[in-house]
Amino acid sequence: MPSDTAPAGADTGLPEPNHVLEFPGGYTRSVGPVIGRFFSELRDGRLVGVRTADGRVLVPPSEYDPLTGEDVTGEFVEVGPVGTVTTWSWVARPAKEHPLDRPFAWALIRPDGADTALLHALDLGVFDEGAKPPKFLKTGMRVRPRWRAERTGGIGDIECFQPEVTMINAPTRLEYRLKGGQALRRFLEGMSEGRILGHRCPVCESVIVPMKGLCPRDGVPTTEEVELPDTGTVTTFAVNNIPDPRAPEVPFVSAYVLLDGAGLTMLTLVAGIPADQVRMGMRVKAAWRPREEWERTMGNIKWFEPVDEPDVPFEEIKDFM
Amino acid sequence: MPRPVAVVAFAQTEHSGEDRGMAEIEILAPVITEIKERTGQKQFGFTCSGSCDYLAGAPFAFVSALDAIGAWPPISESHVEMDAAWALYEAWVKLQHGDIDTALVYGFGKSSQGNLRAVLTQQLDPYHLAPLGIDAVSLAALQARAYMERSGAKEDDLRAVAARSREAGRGNPFALHLPEPEGDDYDVAPLHPYDVAPVTDGAAAIVLAAGDRARDMCERPAWITGIDHRTEPHAPGVRDLSRSDSARVAGERAGATGIEVAELHAQYTHEELILREALGLGEDTAVNPSGGPLSANPMMAAGLIRIGEAAARVHDGSASRVLGHASSGPCLQQNLVCVLSGENHG
Ligand SMILES: [Zn+2]
Repeated sequence: MPSDTAPAGADTGLPEPNHVLEFPGGYTRSVGPVIGRFFSELRDGRLVGVRTADGRVLVPPSEYDPLTGEDVTGEFVEVGPVGTVTTWSWVARPAKEHPLDRPFAWALIRPDGADTALLHALDLGVFDEGAKPPKFLKTGMRVRPRWRAERTGGIGDIECFQPEVTMINAPTRLEYRLKGGQALRRFLEGMSEGRILGHRCPVCESVIVPMKGLCPRDGVPTTEEVELPDTGTVTTFAVNNIPDPRAPEVPFVSAYVLLDGAGLTMLTLVAGIPADQVRMGMRVKAAWRPREEWERTMGNIKWFEPVDEPDVPFEEIKDFM
Repeated sequence: MPRPVAVVAFAQTEHSGEDRGMAEIEILAPVITEIKERTGQKQFGFTCSGSCDYLAGAPFAFVSALDAIGAWPPISESHVEMDAAWALYEAWVKLQHGDIDTALVYGFGKSSQGNLRAVLTQQLDPYHLAPLGIDAVSLAALQARAYMERSGAKEDDLRAVAARSREAGRGNPFALHLPEPEGDDYDVAPLHPYDVAPVTDGAAAIVLAAGDRARDMCERPAWITGIDHRTEPHAPGVRDLSRSDSARVAGERAGATGIEVAELHAQYTHEELILREALGLGEDTAVNPSGGPLSANPMMAAGLIRIGEAAARVHDGSASRVLGHASSGPCLQQNLVCVLSGENHG
């Protein structure tokens, strides 16, 4: 039975192939006046089609009308070079025979002004082997050729097609020199000693951390310093799938943590637990960097990690969302 | 009225998904021996074969295969560089001339000894397609997407074709026995590996006979009531890839109605759906009960096998009106439809 044969690589007792046959080179071909014109124009960086008796424009040009078999008119028409993708397939792992060595699409592309489509490769700037097709790759997409610098008169004079430019990145960089103000200076001083400082509001008595020198609820100045423990409760959180230089690997969780005794939540990272297991009401504790690395920065706390305590009921944190 | 001609015998190899260490002629020879014994014929009025030099990596590869049939004293012989279903068509035409009564048709291919995808690239238009290095699966995937976007069919519909074909193939002693289709990985998207016919080595042969000779050689000949083949432009960009006009026209010319069993040369799952639509095959037609090319796809023989498998349903009395289909070229460019009937003809 066919399914009972030995798997590849097993000792089948068969001799190894002792002869590798090659089909080298290729053929020299005359192209004739129609294909010859198409290739000559390609070499000059132009895309042309040929008109049929009923006025349709064939690209690539052929000597005959594919519908009627009649001779074409001999009138060549410049088309495109921008065109529309009519169908496509996605090669996640290119073979050595393929024109690009990274993931790409094959596409049928109908150049503007043409009635038929040209087959070519489409480069979408994807580099990771095995990658899925980008979401913006769709039938109807507008693309244009990338011409080779050295052209010889052949379909390969177009290296590939690329999407039309629809967006640009406009990089901007401005520098600012910031001073945090007195309250923040005190807070960071505390951080550099491994202490988390807050202010107690003289009116509502809630503890504001990090302190601002004001109570945002009552609008009064605050001065009474309170040190808070580095334990707290997750009130709400987000799972982030876009890498960020400040975060551990993707996905990472950013969360609002209500420190024990605080009246305001702090935005921080949560780690040490799979992202899909973080939950509202989860008890956490600060993970401090080693003491010798402490500076005047919030970064002395790498992130918060879960502690083995029961979750806080929603009722107790609902006012701190 | 065409001369009544029937498929009277069909033989095929137990196809292989890997190189078993046999040369093409060693794969083919037992099939020829078997079909000679089965029909009691040592010689035939005409012999026609289908094969591909690029598969064998040698020019005129079919010439050496002639040793398998015994080419001396000189025989009347021809060859098509295509699937042997087209060799069968040539033999049918030759039988219509009336000067011969029997014909042997065979096809063979050993895909395992080269890179089949790269080999098939060499059969493409050498000006606009072959230089790009586009392979058969990439071309098929373009057609799959065009079909899915036009018809609304989903990848699950394609997977269902693979599942049904593979299940049927596991019941066919000549096919590869492939597992249930699984996995989300694409080959060339939107095609998954299971949407693509397996690389297969194998061979097949058919004997055609006319009139009384057919009745002498076979208890229940499968009479060819209609046979037609049509082609579309080679360039995929000038066709509506979501449909197969050439299959539709060939089916109409061959009289493909009331079909109980259809064996379709669908080398990709979406091709079966396109062909069903083009040929007007409804739910009451059993499609590829042999497992079809998705279970065994010996190049240059798989189309002939479709006609043979369909005819075998007539021979064994399980169906009386069947269809064998073969295709060639990129994205179902060429299609051949052969309608066979168990009704007494001639
Ligand atoms: Zn207050």
